[in-house]
Amino acid sequence: MRPGSRGSYRAGLRRRALSLALLLGLTAVPARGQAPAQGTMGSQRPVIVASKPFGESYLLAEMFAQLLEARGIQAERRLGLGATQIAFTALERGAIDVYPEYTGTGLLAILHERPSADPREVYARVARECRERFGVRWLPPLGFQNTYAIAVRRPTADSLHLHSLTDLARVAPTLRAGLTPDFIGRDDGLPGLGRAYGIRFREVRALLSAVKYQALAAGQVDVIDGYSTDGLILKYDLVVLADDRGFFPPYEAAAVIAPGLSQRRPDAVAALTELSGLLVEGTMRALNRRVEVDGEPVARVAAEALTGLGLTHGAAGDERRAHTASAPRAGLGAYLWSERRTLLSLTGRHVLLVVVSLAAAIALAVPLGLMLERARAGAESIIRGVGLLQTIPGIALIAFMIPLLGIGVVPALVALFLYSLYPILRNTYTGVRDAAPEAVGAALALGMTPRQILRYVRLPLAAPLIMAGIRTAAVINVGTATLAAFIGAGGLGDPIASGLALSDTRMILSGALPAAGLALVVDTLLGAAERVLRPGG
Amino acid sequence: MNDLPALARDTALAARGVSKRFGSVVALDRVSLEVRRGECVALIGESGSGKTTLLRCFNRLTDPDEGQVLVDGSDVAAVDPVQLRRRIGYVPQDGGLLPHWRVRRNAALVPWLRGATDASAQADRALALVGLDPAKLGERWPRELSGGQRQRVAVARALAASPDIVLLDEPFGALDAITRADLQAGFGTLRRELRVTALLVTHDLAEAERLADRIGVMHRGRLEQVAPPERLRDEPATEYVRALLARARGRA
Repeated sequence: MRPGSRGSYRAGLRRRALSLALLLGLTAVPARGQAPAQGTMGSQRPVIVASKPFGESYLLAEMFAQLLEARGIQAERRLGLGATQIAFTALERGAIDVYPEYTGTGLLAILHERPSADPREVYARVARECRERFGVRWLPPLGFQNTYAIAVRRPTADSLHLHSLTDLARVAPTLRAGLTPDFIGRDDGLPGLGRAYGIRFREVRALLSAVKYQALAAGQVDVIDGYSTDGLILKYDLVVLADDRGFFPPYEAAAVIAPGLSQRRPDAVAALTELSGLLVEGTMRALNRRVEVDGEPVARVAAEALTGLGLTHGAAGDERRAHTASAPRAGLGAYLWSERRTLLSLTGRHVLLVVVSLAAAIALAVPLGLMLERARAGAESIIRGVGLLQTIPGIALIAFMIPLLGIGVVPALVALFLYSLYPILRNTYTGVRDAAPEAVGAALALGMTPRQILRYVRLPLAAPLIMAGIRTAAVINVGTATLAAFIGAGGLGDPIASGLALSDTRMILSGALPAAGLALVVDTLLGAAERVLRPGG
Repeated sequence: MNDLPALARDTALAARGVSKRFGSVVALDRVSLEVRRGECVALIGESGSGKTTLLRCFNRLTDPDEGQVLVDGSDVAAVDPVQLRRRIGYVPQDGGLLPHWRVRRNAALVPWLRGATDASAQADRALALVGLDPAKLGERWPRELSGGQRQRVAVARALAASPDIVLLDEPFGALDAITRADLQAGFGTLRRELRVTALLVTHDLAEAERLADRIGVMHRGRLEQVAPPERLRDEPATEYVRALLARARGRA
């Protein structure tokens, strides 16, 4: 979850994405284009507020959006964008206008520079270099840090007299640590900790964020890494050990804004700057707890926080995002029912993504498969080349699209289209190539032309296999389309991404169940179509 | 061409010095054969002896490396293969019916390809000729028929456009003995009635003797002897022919 690690691949991803696009002969659609033209027009485009996919990022972005709205500025939310690399690229290209980021992440993941311990120096460096290199502006820090926090259970701290990391170094050889894989590998994680404090644990287990806290609470491990503002620290009554030698780089939170927003919407930048310096770590941890632990709707927590800070006069943002605004502890069925309008529109968007990308894939892959059957020499290598696309993980393929196509529906459609090609192409080619050889032989011997053989023999006999390929592609597509949420394309992935970020199982299911249902429906419908197309009744 | 003797006027099929290689394998080695109008010639020999390759030269499923192939007096190399195939009937071993077409449409294939307006009627006549009731079976799918019925449909399909020439590649080889005898008898009668020229590839000497006016014995791409059945038996031209006949008799 910590937004640091993925960004280091950004440059490489961009190169690969470019060669991928060249390979496929895609034309890059400039995602930037939307931004500049708008300012001169009468109606201004809303300010697009984004977040990364974890609870605190959602909460801060929601606060940004509500603050803008309270100042009479229209805001559009694109919450839960994949990761640092996706969010920052989108910002740099003007596909989004603002999102919350951390100075340490900026330094390590965006600029690829070594951090220093002084928060002011880190902020100054990140702000200067991001402006010079990307035109991206960092607004003054919000006032709190969300850095690494090494935490233990309170009884452990009491019995071993642990207050700081120096204390921990003393007893570490008797303790078991549960650390995120990310932290175990990073230089500002475990290796650095060993050098700075001489900490050596008896045992280190790699644990994902989702299970780390439970493992600690259950006594499976004794020490974990967390983030200093995690609400779960409060929930489990953990003790965060002080970084008495100032080892961890500072992760000061701040709003980062797109190039040109200052000129285009100075009012929006002024409104966002109002939050600077107002959020302290304790406040943030309490707010995070309400969202992550108590399951309160993000919109309500954000609205109350803004009122509490004296920035708004209450009742500002009640009905923000419909699927975060329901009663927190209703059952799943009641929750789904209360969210039906949202879910219906998300399902509609999902179907649109699937249908359009699938139709485009059919339009390309079926004719291509037929052509390859006539020119078999290069067929296998071309099909294998298309098959390679299938090996790119969904989120990575979607990430490749961003530098070319920005964020939103278009890159999602292109990614889904690429994923759908292989099963359809492979089945079409194999189907027409292997269609009843004795029938094909007889048709040839009795005077059918190759074109007639394709149309009257191979194609109808291959139809069930082609349909099976389309079915496979469609079902994969329904699943993969949930990833579209990470680049702001909407669909049923939206509640899944939010639910994952906010540890809200109900919310996850409210996206996952309709998606599963949709996959079943699509499979059934295409199965029926396949039976109709089956030659010979 | 000058050194070749002129064709007899009633020659339907002729191969002259035809050779064909597949890679290093010699499938046909300077083979010459003439089939007269209305005659049935059977080609027998072991697998790989070249008999099917020779058959396929006549409708240009195979083009020879050397030599000349004539159908109705004209060199097939100068004829459009699609047009050529539409006027020569063809029956493969496995029937080769189109599984997604009903029986009537299968039988109507060649008339339809030739643009006949009464293709279905031609198909029905052909089905009746091979002993199938078009009213009863015309709308069936091939998979709803027995093996023997399917092979009858294949014969009907080959004859539907009333071709002068039919090529048959082990047409009854996959059938059980009783059905095979039944179809052989039916085909023999039909061929004589319709006065169709037939070239028949088979590995079954009994079938060749029953159906053919002359039998050609092939061995390693060469035509060892072409003769009426009784001459083949009485005066085998080579040791291979003698041995082949002896083996076949031993089995029968």
